[in-house]
Amino acid sequence: MESKPEKPEFQCQRPSDRVVAIQFSGAWLIDAAIPDFQTLREALGDPAQTDTLTFNATRLTGWDSKFLAFLLKIHQYCQKQNIVVEDEGLPDGVRRMLHLATAVPERQGARREAARESLLVRAGRMAESSWQAVVSGLVFTGEVTASFIRTITGRTRFPWRDFGVLLQNCGSQALPIISLISILVGLILAFVGAVQLKMFGAQIFVANLVGLAMAREMGAMMAAIIMAGRTGAAFAAQLGTMQVNEEIDALVTMGISPTDYLVLPRMLALVLMLPLLCLYANLMGILGGVIVGTGLLDLPLKQYLVQTQAAVGLGDFLVGVVKSAIFGVIVAMAGCMRGMQCGRSAMAVGAAATSAVVTAIVYIIVADAVITVICDIIGV
Amino acid sequence: MTETQAHIVVEDLTMAYGDFVIQRDLDFTINRGDIFIIMGGSGCGKSTLLRHFIGLKSPARGRVLYEGVSFWEADHETQENLMRRMGVLYQSGALWSSMTLAENVALALQEYTTLNPGDIREIVSLKLALVGLAGFEDFYPSEISGGMRKRAGLARAMALDPEILFFDEPSAGLDPISAKLLDDLILEIRESLGATIVVVTHELASIFDIGNNSVFLDPETKTMIAVGDPKRLLAESEDPRVVRFLTRGKDGREGQAA
Repeated sequence: MESKPEKPEFQCQRPSDRVVAIQFSGAWLIDAAIPDFQTLREALGDPAQTDTLTFNATRLTGWDSKFLAFLLKIHQYCQKQNIVVEDEGLPDGVRRMLHLATAVPERQGARREAARESLLVRAGRMAESSWQAVVSGLVFTGEVTASFIRTITGRTRFPWRDFGVLLQNCGSQALPIISLISILVGLILAFVGAVQLKMFGAQIFVANLVGLAMAREMGAMMAAIIMAGRTGAAFAAQLGTMQVNEEIDALVTMGISPTDYLVLPRMLALVLMLPLLCLYANLMGILGGVIVGTGLLDLPLKQYLVQTQAAVGLGDFLVGVVKSAIFGVIVAMAGCMRGMQCGRSAMAVGAAATSAVVTAIVYIIVADAVITVICDIIGV
Repeated sequence: MTETQAHIVVEDLTMAYGDFVIQRDLDFTINRGDIFIIMGGSGCGKSTLLRHFIGLKSPARGRVLYEGVSFWEADHETQENLMRRMGVLYQSGALWSSMTLAENVALALQEYTTLNPGDIREIVSLKLALVGLAGFEDFYPSEISGGMRKRAGLARAMALDPEILFFDEPSAGLDPISAKLLDDLILEIRESLGATIVVVTHELASIFDIGNNSVFLDPETKTMIAVGDPKRLLAESEDPRVVRFLTRGKDGREGQAA
């Protein structure tokens, strides 16, 4: 476009005893290699010998932010050394910008020093925040319980319309993914069992294995984990975004409890739908077993089904269904709680969704272990 | 730099969302160094017009020319080059919440220049100082007030020394004094950098204080009904809709112009 811009340079002169004049020349532009500030400081010499700094920019051919940044550094240096800066020699625009940049002094104490804390302090802080997390979890549980009582005693208006959409969301819309995963889990279980049982000629017991495993454990667990990833994360993200947009504040100031209006419908929807999804997952898992049993092990379909029927009692299905209702509470609680506790930034929403899924899956597995032990003790 | 050099030209522009026409037959010119006001009642398409300028929405018909180059007919590279020379201040700052103010301002410098980290830090400090936020480099957007967020947004918009600055409702949500200070800042930037500035606003005080050219969009007829210096429009416009807007709904013209 134009000829190569001149190299940015400066020269220091001492027109009189305590005055330093800096002459700028060339183009001080963002892509140019401008002189180091250190060389200027050396050229200025002993700051105690200087009272006033003047500029001459008659040979300056171009400037932008880079020049201003350099001048700002000179300005800050001179302020520290009590040197008066006379900016008459600078171009008009530069003077205005420099004036603007120095008009608002840096607020005292605004700059942050990274404070190093001792191990003990950090440990204390962590303990404190863990305790806070426990307390807030309990508070949330209490709020939801209170809200549930308010709702069933009819003291608050229940958002039926939203509830319908939520039911659909937590229910029928999850069927495709539940089908896929459950059939595959059934297939996998059947495969693992078939290899072992074939050695004893006991292929038929694949039906028992798949039926019991799906009904008691895998149906509920897989449905819950899918819903944690699918719906729990969505709850956290929805409520978190509402928190960011101050929508939750708006509800509170209107006297509408966000727990009644947002959290409870989500919890109820998931708690109602997850047992149904669990039953569906059981069925799909058994179908997966059927595919392996009839396709790979050459068992007659009827025999497989009769064997399953004999092996899996209604009580086994009941265990799975009860489990899945509990998992529903866990997934919905984790999602809604993380969403309601969300900070006010895009990053916080992401963190809320992640932590909702992680919390839900951890507690699902813990709860499953506890329930399995209890069932064993009471002999169900 | 001559006084009236066309910088942005809007030719026969029609804006629409699907079949729903927002504004049609827009024809005006923004000159270099102008502070150009896009004004009009709520819902008339001011912000949509801005989105056409900054490359976020393509026109249903017509062209937007930057120094003769039609933005929406240019190839991707040309568009990116043009966009790099623009700075935009969004209505609520639109700072990236996961980054500190310094990182917000630095991103464009890191992407588009070959400066080393030290130089970037200096320029970032300068930009923040220019908007009166010296020392707030390490703050996150959630830790500062709305007005400060807006100023930080301006610092980010100015990161690459843009030739054109777009402002979407700069004074919305600011107290009168902060709004005035921001207006002064806009004037100062225009004076010192010679940038062209386009402002979407319906703040009358700002319109008369800083604007030297404007377009008035009417939501009823869905087109522009006045163009020119807002002070002159107030004094001379024959259109009652323009006069009503510029006098805050009063029919007389007394005591408004600054």
